[in-house]
Amino acid sequence: MSAGTIFSVSALTKAFGEGEAAALVLKGIDLAMNAGEMAALLGPSGSGKSTLLTILGTLMRASGGEHEMLGTDLMKASDAQRTAFRSRYLGFVFQFHHLLPDLSALENVMMPAAAAAGRETRSMRMRAMELLDAVGLADRRDYRPSAMSGGQRQRAAVARALINNPVLVLADEPTGNLDRQSADQVMDLIRSINQAMATSFLISTHDEHIAAQCPRRIELLDGRIVRS
Amino acid sequence: MSRYAVKLATRHLLAHPGQTALLMAGVALGVSVFIFMSALIGGLATLLTLRTVGSIPHIVLEMPDRDPAILAAPGRAQVVLQKDLSRRDQITIWQPAIPIVEKTAGVTAISPQIRGSAFVERGQAVAPVGIIGVLPGKLSVIADIDAAITAGSSSLPADGILIGSRLARDLGLRVGQVVRLSSDRGRSRSFRIGGIFTLGIASADRQAIYMNFTAARALFDLPTGISRIEIKVQPATAAPAIAERLRRSTGLKATAWTEDNSQLFEGLDAQARTGAIIKAFSLVTIVVGIASAMLLSIVRRQSEIGIMRAMGASKRLVISIFVLEGTLIGLVGAVVGALAAWLALLPLPPVTAVRSGGLPIDRAQGDFLLAIALTTLAAMLASILPARNAARIDPVEAIGQ
Repeated sequence: MSAGTIFSVSALTKAFGEGEAAALVLKGIDLAMNAGEMAALLGPSGSGKSTLLTILGTLMRASGGEHEMLGTDLMKASDAQRTAFRSRYLGFVFQFHHLLPDLSALENVMMPAAAAAGRETRSMRMRAMELLDAVGLADRRDYRPSAMSGGQRQRAAVARALINNPVLVLADEPTGNLDRQSADQVMDLIRSINQAMATSFLISTHDEHIAAQCPRRIELLDGRIVRS
Repeated sequence: MSRYAVKLATRHLLAHPGQTALLMAGVALGVSVFIFMSALIGGLATLLTLRTVGSIPHIVLEMPDRDPAILAAPGRAQVVLQKDLSRRDQITIWQPAIPIVEKTAGVTAISPQIRGSAFVERGQAVAPVGIIGVLPGKLSVIADIDAAITAGSSSLPADGILIGSRLARDLGLRVGQVVRLSSDRGRSRSFRIGGIFTLGIASADRQAIYMNFTAARALFDLPTGISRIEIKVQPATAAPAIAERLRRSTGLKATAWTEDNSQLFEGLDAQARTGAIIKAFSLVTIVVGIASAMLLSIVRRQSEIGIMRAMGASKRLVISIFVLEGTLIGLVGAVVGALAAWLALLPLPPVTAVRSGGLPIDRAQGDFLLAIALTTLAAMLASILPARNAARIDPVEAIGQ
């Protein structure tokens, strides 16, 4: 793994089920990303995009191959080590915002940091307010998700993904539930953060318009990378 | 238990006030039933004890029965000393026993007495009676004669007696009249009726006559000894154990009320066990209610839990949140239920003032603090299994990725 590489996977496979009924979803993935990169992950439904993102996000273990990130062998790490790793180095943005309904926008943004530390601190609050300001939601910090628009919720979810200063943000169809205008706002935000903070983004999408805004394009077909 | 877990648990409860209130109301109802049953069963036991053993001694100390002494070694004939039936059993040296009895834990009252049989005569009417000679100030320590006086007064001068209302009615006696008492020792003397009492115990109201201790000494020819020492203890159910201690410490024969009333004692004991079972079922209801509510809550909040786990929340944090929610529901529900039960029981009369047909509820036996503590503990335990299920939720499945 070269100095600028943040993660690398090689011969990565993932099978669901066992025996003859087993379905091989990933069939030997070789992929690496560098710090500060922003890549689109494209492919038709069922090609394995979400499964790859889930494995890269340490939410699921691969069936075989190698998976290393920042010098840590994530294939051998325990569940607790993977949880701590996820909290420290990774951020997530999902198609649905998944904000906690009982918390305000500010509290939602703080959540990953507070969950790891066991309490909310003044520095977390300051950082969350900076992020809400960066995503244009400073005036919505005390609003519950139910009082915000779809675009605002997704921008809050992006701010939440950044609270722990992650090395890599994995975004699975982050604009899939948004109209064109809101989708463009979210992509502008991701691009500006990528440039300003040098945070790497791997964005899964069906949308060519979204993919066109990413400098790198990774295409997946039937569990294999066909272009990287 | 992290501060963040406390914040998330309380935030969720407060964000859904209707659901939280309903759960707490369920717990409060269970706790109210628990307290009501405790107060009712305790009150019933108190009332039964008051009505049945309230006017009798809980322990009686008497001279021990002695086997006839063997005067000659066994051989062809055995020579023994026959008990002298003409002599009254008495505790001759009784004063040293008094401080020993008074210092015994659980003893609340003590009354040395002279007892004997006699006949009361007025004109042609004669009736057998039992005489109870009591020390000054000890008249009402065993049976509350002061409160039972229906005519005259309870004072006992040297020539005064108190008689039961049935005896008064049978012989046509009134306060102020003079009657003649003849003891089984062959002594007779006239006494003036100072008061008439109704204890509600037929045998006492028909046959008991209370008199001055000194007068009883003279009537039964007992210059120094006494017949027995009557004792009250608290609680009455501890009488057998205390009697055993007194038997060892005084060397006297100690008879607890339970020996003569074993069926009543067993009845009270069975009632207490029944009460414990009913209370246990109240707790089980609370446990089942909270556990099912928490399980439903977890199913509904699967994606929330999943997203927290995906964002790096540990299993311990998830478990803490749900256990804390269940415990808070139990604690607040229990306090509300205990308060409601306390207020509901407030207007009810004390057990001693319960009239026939009324519910003998003793608020003091409501076990309020025990109910709160047990319910909170039960709620916490009921939440552990659902919380562990929550922590095992797969974030990938929960957030639909």
